[in-house]
Amino acid sequence: MNLCRCSEDIGEHKQFNYYGGYSVKYRSFLIKYAEIGVKGKNRYLFEDALVKQIHHRLKNLEGNFSVTKEAGRIYAEAAEDFDYDEVIDALQHVFGIVGICPMVQIEDNGYEDLKAQVVKYIDDAYEDKHFTFKVVARRANKQYPVVSDQINRDLGEVILNAFPETKVNVHTPDVLLRVEVRHKINIFSETIPGPGGMPIGTAGRAMLLLSGGIDSPVAGWMIAKRGVTIDATYFHAPPYTSERAKQKVVDLAKLVAKYTGPIRLNIINFTDIQLYIYDQCPHDELTIIMRRYMMKIAETIAKENDCLALVTGESIGQVASQTMQSLAVTNEVCELPVMRPLIAFDKQDIVDISLKIGTYETSVLPYEDCCTIFVAKHPVTKPSLKKIKNSEKKLDEKIDELMKTALETREVIRCI
Amino acid sequence: MEKREVYFDNSATTRAFDEVRDIVSETMTVDYGNTSSRHMKGVEAENYIKTAREEIAKTLKVKDKEILFTSGGTESNNLALIGTALANKRAGNHIITSCVEHASIYNTTAFLEELGFRVTYLPVDHNGHVSLDALREAICDDTILVSIMYVNNEIGAVEPIEEIAKIIKEKKPSVYFHVDAIQAYGKYVIRPKKQGIDLLSASGHKIHGPKGTGFLYIDEKVKIKPIIYGGGQQKGMRSGTENVPGCAGLGLAAKMVYTDHDAKIDKLYAIKDRMVKGLQAMDGVTVHGLTGRDSAPQIVAAGFEGVRAEVLLHALEDKGIYVSSGSACSSNHPGVSGTLKGIGVKDSLLDSTLRFSFGAFNTEEEVDYCLEVLNELVPMLRRYRRA
Repeated sequence: MNLCRCSEDIGEHKQFNYYGGYSVKYRSFLIKYAEIGVKGKNRYLFEDALVKQIHHRLKNLEGNFSVTKEAGRIYAEAAEDFDYDEVIDALQHVFGIVGICPMVQIEDNGYEDLKAQVVKYIDDAYEDKHFTFKVVARRANKQYPVVSDQINRDLGEVILNAFPETKVNVHTPDVLLRVEVRHKINIFSETIPGPGGMPIGTAGRAMLLLSGGIDSPVAGWMIAKRGVTIDATYFHAPPYTSERAKQKVVDLAKLVAKYTGPIRLNIINFTDIQLYIYDQCPHDELTIIMRRYMMKIAETIAKENDCLALVTGESIGQVASQTMQSLAVTNEVCELPVMRPLIAFDKQDIVDISLKIGTYETSVLPYEDCCTIFVAKHPVTKPSLKKIKNSEKKLDEKIDELMKTALETREVIRCI
Repeated sequence: MEKREVYFDNSATTRAFDEVRDIVSETMTVDYGNTSSRHMKGVEAENYIKTAREEIAKTLKVKDKEILFTSGGTESNNLALIGTALANKRAGNHIITSCVEHASIYNTTAFLEELGFRVTYLPVDHNGHVSLDALREAICDDTILVSIMYVNNEIGAVEPIEEIAKIIKEKKPSVYFHVDAIQAYGKYVIRPKKQGIDLLSASGHKIHGPKGTGFLYIDEKVKIKPIIYGGGQQKGMRSGTENVPGCAGLGLAAKMVYTDHDAKIDKLYAIKDRMVKGLQAMDGVTVHGLTGRDSAPQIVAAGFEGVRAEVLLHALEDKGIYVSSGSACSSNHPGVSGTLKGIGVKDSLLDSTLRFSFGAFNTEEEVDYCLEVLNELVPMLRRYRRA
């Protein structure tokens, strides 16, 4: 079938019964993916990456799942009992998946048995039978004695006979019942939405500047959603920022890693650099100069780790250091492209995503981060590059040494 | 300077005595019975509880049956307030407390306000002492309970417990007097019967006992309702399988802190005085409240002009010195300390106050080390501040 039009049967069927205290016992899942369907000759690379990610996510769960690619489809099949909700939650964290179809799998015990099983499926899955439906059969096993059209008509008939409340609607059915005849027969009718995007590992690596705030985890999540593997850098300023502030960032990295897979988090002790800037430069330029050095340090680590870009949570005009002028001055120090996925987002839109991906609660824990500790009452909002560079000349004596030490003494935590 | 560990946060919690650890371990792995069981194991366990109850009762000179084990100071305070309020609501609906109480009091009175009780919050003077005149005025026909802390957890102010009891007896003798003694038990010789205290809360982990333990002294004449229901343990007042290791540890800790008590307290005052002198000798440092024997032996709160408390706290931590900013309980949610505001600390010091609190394991030599480090760090930190 058409893999690119995968939202066609994401319906609102509130009475749909899931397994786990419910009556339908699912055994396997059909995984739907969208964009990777159109990648031409590279398509297998994307599919293999998706299979790998799904396998990775399910391997520590109950069910002893096998993940297979077969005839342009990806199936996750359980060999043992599993927790339905847990599996759906895991799959909803895999980028590249647009839909998850829980399937009932039956043995091919003849056509009459198939009819009976379909009636049973409908009975178990839908408590309220007042819906319209359409049957779409797919005969992958060409040895099967009945052709798809005939299966559609016959199954439609037995359903109508068994449940007179139902109606057929071939254009906009409430329930699209799919029957796949393979060596076994799969019956499914629901698609649970996945996160979309591209499988991790298909688009290279990027370095996220992760603070403890709301924005940067969302920015990292958005870039990862396009298949990019994420590394992160956090700037720690003891004693001005606490151990708990650092723990908060580790926790945020772990939350993002639920989607992205393991994140290598680099923790840089930034105190000495910050105090040196404080001593040498005008206070109203402190934040902007500090951010330039953060970018430089992050870029150095990024290059060492084969990252192709930096990622920040900046958004135009959100704070003094994120005005157009400030962004330009900050950007100037970097050779790598700086990706700012939130650049045109309103704060509320960012908050909405952070709530959706589950980072918000951690982000709002009240520990100070190093950007705000020495912030001037009136920081410059329209810095000129010339002036900033001039101020930075006062740092020439010690800054290289301090940057070197900061890089050498960095702590690396693998966040899973 | 070598890296060492100096724990000056004993009002947050204390290190348990080794003997306490041993009895807890013993009652978890050898005598691990359930007191409700009929067999020998149950009887053994019950004996630990009995002994602990006796030891605690002895320290207060009250009857064994007037001691109720709880999960700690917070539960004791909740039970004292909610339990007496609900049991006596026909006698009146007015409760009096102060504006410098611990969260386990003021959040509980806030809950009682939701239930329709009226609560008066007494003001304090610049030393943190509740206003006795205000108390006299507040007591009315409707008053059923007065709840005041013995020792303030943030600045170590000692409340005039006996005067308060006296005023209550003059104005309306039927009013119950609850004392939150969580920072005072183990530091003061407390005699509820002589001091006019009807209910008294204490916590185990503030006196080198285990966390998750505490008790409420309830004078036998007090009418009170349980707030936890179940299998009817502790005569129905506090259901739930008794925490045998916890109670045994608490009982032993209580016994130990009240053995050679005067010498222990003299030692704490010596440590405190040394600390106070050293702080007063520093520029731009204000010690809050009273000092010496007019204040609690284990708490010193001081404001450091031009330094943010949290930054100094972490800088001290780096030198192995552990202290609190404000009180550890209220530092979970930022927002400024009620006590410091209540005693009129100037705004510039509200966010610059550290609490040093001492315990049985501290020495005067540790104070010297701490002062040495403070003298080094504070001028350095003052150089860098918000522009």
